[in-house]
Amino acid sequence: MRQEIPLLITAIVGIGFVIQYFIPHWPFSRMSDWFSDWFSIVGACAIILGALNLMKVSIEKTYKRKEDWGYAAVIIASFLLMTIIGIAEGRGFRNPGTSFDWLYNFVYIPLSATMFAILAFFVASASYRAFRARNFEATLLLIAAFFVMIGRVPVGHTLSSFMPIGWQLSDLASWVMTVPQAAGQRAIMIGIGLGIVSTSLRIILGLERAHIGGGK
Amino acid sequence: MSTRAKELIALGAITLFALVFYFGKIWGWGTFEFPTWLSMVVIVLIGLSLLWVLILTLKGQLIERRVVFIYVAFAVALPLFMSFSQKITISPEVYQLHNALTELPAGSKVLISFDYDPPSAPELQPMAESIIRVCFEKDLKVIVMGLWPQGPQQANLALEKVFEDSAILAKNLQYGRDYVNLGFQTGNEFVIQRMGSSFESMFPSDYEGTPYREIPLVRNVRNFSNVDFSVNLSAGFPGTVEWVQIAVDRYGLLMGAGNTAVQAPVMYAYLNAGQLEGLLGGMSGAAEFEAVAGYRAKGTKFMLSQSFAHVVVIAFIIIGNVAFFRSGRKSKLKGK
Repeated sequence: MRQEIPLLITAIVGIGFVIQYFIPHWPFSRMSDWFSDWFSIVGACAIILGALNLMKVSIEKTYKRKEDWGYAAVIIASFLLMTIIGIAEGRGFRNPGTSFDWLYNFVYIPLSATMFAILAFFVASASYRAFRARNFEATLLLIAAFFVMIGRVPVGHTLSSFMPIGWQLSDLASWVMTVPQAAGQRAIMIGIGLGIVSTSLRIILGLERAHIGGGK
Repeated sequence: MSTRAKELIALGAITLFALVFYFGKIWGWGTFEFPTWLSMVVIVLIGLSLLWVLILTLKGQLIERRVVFIYVAFAVALPLFMSFSQKITISPEVYQLHNALTELPAGSKVLISFDYDPPSAPELQPMAESIIRVCFEKDLKVIVMGLWPQGPQQANLALEKVFEDSAILAKNLQYGRDYVNLGFQTGNEFVIQRMGSSFESMFPSDYEGTPYREIPLVRNVRNFSNVDFSVNLSAGFPGTVEWVQIAVDRYGLLMGAGNTAVQAPVMYAYLNAGQLEGLLGGMSGAAEFEAVAGYRAKGTKFMLSQSFAHVVVIAFIIIGNVAFFRSGRKSKLKGK
């Protein structure tokens, strides 16, 4: 029963969603609303579950002094700090001027931005070490990257301003993005779409059971 | 000096910088800019040093990874203190979004979904500020929401920034009548799906807890058919792809998008197919939108850093390839 009930729920909801897409009228339209509401409720519960699980894992790691337990301790302290301040400040805890807002603006935003900014260093370093014209395909990628990188910034326009309109670096970058790049993206998206359809059908029909911890 | 000591010094320096910038921000220090001659000297020095790195590479001396990091740091940070103005070329997709917004009649309702968090804010926040500003200038009504938990808070930051403009402030815009923040709702694409039949079911109250039916702006907004245009600012999932697949394709919502530079290439397929009414891609999209809207803000200012960073990365790709071909030729010679 531990597997049958989730499989049944998956099949009913999956088939219901497929039908309501093609027949958006009562009773299927109503079913779609019910399922969407339930998904939001389950999603909200999953957030709580995820937060509690994070705390459980972090407390365990800190208590047992596992490798890098210091980071886990920081997670616990940060989590408790934000939660306690948020609860203490009541309903308007996110309003400008609150302590929660101060922590968001002056701690959370800079830390998040810093983590993301590190990407720039790694991209530059990886480009230097790995972006090589080893063969025809790599050379083609290198040339496209050159035109897009230089053409998407104003310096590209300045460098090629002597060229006729339509042949400037910014025009070439635009062409690369809207023609060959978009064509490649479409091919990838169609492939992904077909993959999603087949995997979804396998899940709805109960052939794929990995999501409920089952065998095949 | 031990590694631990170096780490502590670096940590101390970062803390000091952070404190200086924090107090600078809260005390309202003015912006500091290099004089033009100093900016030129800095650019020439960086250019010459890159040339020196190329010469070293040709001589067979490869530079370390940390040198590349230093160049990137300088390329991003130093232009923030420079006052050069760059000519920004506006892409057709940016014009398209601007036209779509400005051609709406006054009083039209624009739904803006903030589907991003602070890490993507450097790219998307300037877009958000410009789009909201254009909406207010054209007397459009703005409905804000978020599929990411931090989205509505980013929206509030954008609104705060827009209201610093005296021209916007003079319009005496009222919360609930001219703009509203519906807040965050969990459920990803299912939120969009449900909004197709009822906004109220997903947002029974706004960000501040006011019941949906008590908000004059949205009282008569039942579903997407009561919204005139929509803009999605997205940094991933759930984002523009989900909005296009559900709100645009299924419910016929007119939508433009602002995406991070990483995500934007995917959206060109939707743009070319006519499913998107314009697209802003990354920092350059933000700067272009500012240019077409006729003012200079964060996007334009940050483009100088982006230009420098791109040039430095291209320079290192060239240097890397020089090293590659040089070592390849050398190994071939050894083989002989």
